[in-house]
Amino acid sequence: MTTARIDACFAALKAEGRAAFIPYVMGGDPSREEALAILTGLPAAGADIIELGFPFSDPMAEGPPIQRAAIRGMKAGFGLRSTMDLAREFRKGDEVTPIILMGYLNPIESLGYDAFAAYAADCGIDGLIVVDCPPEEAGPLIAALDKVSISLIRLATPTSDDERLKIVVQGTSGFVYYVAVAGVTGVKEANAEVVAPAVERVRKASGLPVAVGFGVKTPERAAEIARVADAVVVGSALVDEVAAALEAGEAVAPRVLARVKALGDAVRSVRTGASLAETV
Amino acid sequence: MKVETVNAQTPIHTPDPAQPLSNAYAWPDAQGRFGPYGGQFVAETLMPLIHELDAAYRAAKADPSFQAELDGFLTHYVGRESPLYFAERLTEHFGGARIWLKREDLNHTGAHKINNCMGQILLARRMGKTRIIAETGAGQHGVASATVSARFGLPCTVYMGAVDVERQQPNVFRMRLLGSEVFSVTAGAATLKDAMNEAMRDWVTNVSDTYYIIGTAAGPHPYPAMVRDFQSVIGKEIKTQSMARMGKLPEAVVACIGGGSNAIGAFHPFIEDEAVRLIGVEAAGHGLDTPDHAASLKGGRSGVLHGNRTYLLQDDDGNIVEGHSISAGLDYPGIGPEHAWLHDIGRAEYRSATDNEALEAFQLCSKLEGIIPALEPAHALARTGEVAREVGKGGDVVLLMSGRGDKDIFQVAKHLGVEL
Repeated sequence: MTTARIDACFAALKAEGRAAFIPYVMGGDPSREEALAILTGLPAAGADIIELGFPFSDPMAEGPPIQRAAIRGMKAGFGLRSTMDLAREFRKGDEVTPIILMGYLNPIESLGYDAFAAYAADCGIDGLIVVDCPPEEAGPLIAALDKVSISLIRLATPTSDDERLKIVVQGTSGFVYYVAVAGVTGVKEANAEVVAPAVERVRKASGLPVAVGFGVKTPERAAEIARVADAVVVGSALVDEVAAALEAGEAVAPRVLARVKALGDAVRSVRTGASLAETV
Repeated sequence: MKVETVNAQTPIHTPDPAQPLSNAYAWPDAQGRFGPYGGQFVAETLMPLIHELDAAYRAAKADPSFQAELDGFLTHYVGRESPLYFAERLTEHFGGARIWLKREDLNHTGAHKINNCMGQILLARRMGKTRIIAETGAGQHGVASATVSARFGLPCTVYMGAVDVERQQPNVFRMRLLGSEVFSVTAGAATLKDAMNEAMRDWVTNVSDTYYIIGTAAGPHPYPAMVRDFQSVIGKEIKTQSMARMGKLPEAVVACIGGGSNAIGAFHPFIEDEAVRLIGVEAAGHGLDTPDHAASLKGGRSGVLHGNRTYLLQDDDGNIVEGHSISAGLDYPGIGPEHAWLHDIGRAEYRSATDNEALEAFQLCSKLEGIIPALEPAHALARTGEVAREVGKGGDVVLLMSGRGDKDIFQVAKHLGVEL
């Protein structure tokens, strides 16, 4: 199980002493051209790692913003394969930035685990997050991903006690995604004081970097989380920019990328491990 | 806790020591699998809750006082046992085996749904949960959930697709009358599967106090097994009543299938009685050769949704496709995982009936027996004539009359061109 790009990214950031910024964007949202413009613009706007969602008809863990993004993506004709094709396009100009594909299990089952893994590797995907595939059900998928050295990123949550954490992190690689709130994406707000000790527990249990997502919307909140975590994920706030741009009749990519820059700058402005008391 | 990785494609039979091994059929296994189907495909946040529920259910199942309490409510509140009625005129009409109706339509709230709701709310109380949520399509499970929540004084929120809210106004009013909040879901296609998505979103947000009463024998383990167990009272009664009335077991049991909780409740006690044919009837909508049906087994393929692996209606990208049926209770793009398994191993047979066939059977039963069936069991009745002729004179066929048809009269009138 190697995760070369992910490991290299976290090693470099550790040397810099700062957290990674991970924006989440949805494949095909709102069109192929605009989604590709956003994707290729992300690294320059401050993305260290990219989370690339693929549309699914029944996104059970998502709040309204990402549900709407999935609908826009599906309307543009996007699904799992077409989203991976976007990553392939991205890779033509960027060999460094890790891409984590994120979504639900059924499209992957539908394609077949081995066929999916081969396709994902070919498109330059580094990691995979499957919201509805807990460790108990992940064996066959991991076997397929291992053959192509793609990491199945695990999720730890506020309901994960120490016993459960052991199961969650078993045999994992890359990083662990800490779901900061019990709930769906983009509704509740994460609280750095509550998140800090949880991140520490997950780090200890996994020996891996810990990314925090669900409930991080503003630069202020992103900066707070960046002090206590190894990476900060923002999704709903970004896909909402797509919606707002469409609403206002503005160009989508510049508006989304400006938001990415504001969030990325906030994450870059703080050093990991700085005490919460330093938060303004 | 040991993590086992089992290849999903390889059925492995691991008998579960907590399940009574009265016979060789001991599914689900310890992982909640029925062969490759079932399992626990939920967000990580829910996994500890599902394990807690599994443990609580095992403990309740092993506790005679739990069963005694449930039996008491089933007898005095639900009105069990339900009759096994000899349908003389349907028998004459079909000209084959004797037709018997298992009268779940006579239960309190008018359908089999309450058997499961009563079991689950007693479990919720035992677990100290203080808030109930449920999903509903036609509104029958929503009404049953609202009913038991009222009876035990627990607040209840029912998620219902906006489309269904619109076409099932009487049930929406019933639920509100019973003190429940009905949340109209506008996400997705705004029908049953979206209501279930929204209930899951509520559950993952309110993890400490909320109990989710799933209405069919689907969802993450332990739901498919638990709902089956609570509904198995139907099949157990059919067995006892058949021995008393026929002096033997019936040759066939026929039931309709959406998620399939009434059918699995009727089938399960008969699985080891291999001479008894078990026949499930899916909703063929406008026909299996059209896109407008809800027959997951006959028109779908294996996939993962709502916590379990089972047969699903889906497109080439693995997106879930809306089911269609004249019956809102059968209009679900999946099926309980145990039916998927019984289908694959050939222990149960699965057929289908179209909207029009169900409408005809609906009228036939009303006119010949003075019993207005729900549109769901009308699908099963539409296949019962041919089953009766296959079995032949002298044999016995039990049709599961899973609910009464009062809720459907507006829908049926509309299709018959009658204005009410």
